[in-house]
Amino acid sequence: MDWQIIIAASIKVVVFVFLVTLPLVAMSVWAERRVSAAIQDRVGPNRVGPAGLLQAVADGIKFLLKEDFTPNHVRKGYFWLAPALVMVPALMTSAVLPFGSSLFGEKMVIADLDVGPLFVFAVASLSVYGIVLAGWASNSKYPFLGGVRSTSQMISYEISLGLSVVPLIMIYGELNLSSIVLYQAQNGWALLPLWGDGLSLKGFLLFIPILISFVVFMTSMFAETNRLPFDLPECETELVAGYHTEYSSMKFALFFLGEYAAMIIGSGLAVTLFLGGWSLPFGWLTPESADAVVPWWHGLIHIGTFFAKVILLILFFIVIRWTLPRFRYDQLMRLGWVFFFEIALFNVVLTALLMWWLA
Amino acid sequence: MTFLFYIFAALALVGGIGVVVNRNPVSAAFAMILSFLGLAALFIQLDAYLVGVLQILVYAGAIMVLFIFIIMLLDVQAEEKRRFPLFNILGAGGVAVAFGALLLVILKRSEVGTASIPPIEPLEGPGTSDVHRIGELLFSQYWFPIQVVGVLLLVATIGVVVLSKKELK
Repeated sequence: MDWQIIIAASIKVVVFVFLVTLPLVAMSVWAERRVSAAIQDRVGPNRVGPAGLLQAVADGIKFLLKEDFTPNHVRKGYFWLAPALVMVPALMTSAVLPFGSSLFGEKMVIADLDVGPLFVFAVASLSVYGIVLAGWASNSKYPFLGGVRSTSQMISYEISLGLSVVPLIMIYGELNLSSIVLYQAQNGWALLPLWGDGLSLKGFLLFIPILISFVVFMTSMFAETNRLPFDLPECETELVAGYHTEYSSMKFALFFLGEYAAMIIGSGLAVTLFLGGWSLPFGWLTPESADAVVPWWHGLIHIGTFFAKVILLILFFIVIRWTLPRFRYDQLMRLGWVFFFEIALFNVVLTALLMWWLA
Repeated sequence: MTFLFYIFAALALVGGIGVVVNRNPVSAAFAMILSFLGLAALFIQLDAYLVGVLQILVYAGAIMVLFIFIIMLLDVQAEEKRRFPLFNILGAGGVAVAFGALLLVILKRSEVGTASIPPIEPLEGPGTSDVHRIGELLFSQYWFPIQVVGVLLLVATIGVVVLSKKELK
């Protein structure tokens, strides 16, 4: 193993995860508050810095300085472990997301695995432990109920989430996220097949299952990240604050940030799979092959494109949160098991039939 | 990168010991997850990405979640207070010693560490990732076992649904 590879990987980890994703988490909290305020005809936080942009810094300082209170009745070790277990998997999944083509000959992805989407699902499925553990270790009623709800919810929607991606993988014939993005850059995004090979009967017919996939994927992503309209684990009217009722100070903030980090990574995955990742539309500035040398300013534009798409998707997440009311728990479970599971399964068969007929 | 092997092997072993030693079922379950994660890392070190990721996805991410889900709904206190009878301790010790002896005999007879292993040539080009190769093998050479396993799982699923609906007669 060369030291060069290790150093390059470390730089990518530090820059992408700590200097971009984490500030993006803080900024999406700010965006959430501003957008919700706009939707409800309020002003929102606008005092700290220009347009309230530094509100996230103020929030962070406040969380750090507050008393970190651990109640007496909790199971201490697990109680302290839980917030970290929410945050870590969310950030770990960012390792396989290609956030740009290449810059100075270096591929803009931390780990170019051949099992990209599977890795994301595998690590993301670990984040449920943080919530379960928080609910159990708190040793009181409402957090426990929140934890139990969250577990069953995440298990249920993981199935439709995984199945919704299968048609795409069948179409791409590839599990490497970088190759998936390059294919989309050359042959039309999954949701915008208007150039390259996408501009054919095959492209248009396969657009139907992809659209179904996208709807199922996005909805399941809402459920997986415990966002409204599926935030039953922390439903205030029934469970006080759900699994983080007993938490205070920075530990509470970690749950909060973990949710946003999961949302950002989820958006990143949706962008990579459905919206062409870092590529510009209509094949502009598209590299010839995976190993082609890209001018540095192309590389920067690609990185910018990726984050622009991610931010747009985050705004979509936020707008949905403040538009739809919360589901009832039995409705949520029925939606997951009776509708989405079957739709996703049917979609796989439909894609297979279409591909067999077109071949 | 041998030190990574030692780290993750130690992680898997510590997790495994934790499963046995811990009285609290939830702690034991978490130790088991730790062990699975170490094992997955070992697979990935062998370039078996698919196996490693499936280890996390299926065992750590799905099966253990259900385990913990059930354990948390049970009474943990009763399990913590239970004492081990002498007979169980002796029996477990006997099994461990027997297994160790068996392992020793097998390792002595095998050629591990002495036989020269031919170097593995890395595969190049498209369709050579382990996912592609495993998928091709499963659907060509092993298509019949796969079908059998599929039917078996389907039967098991239907069986569970029927058994859990007790009012069904």
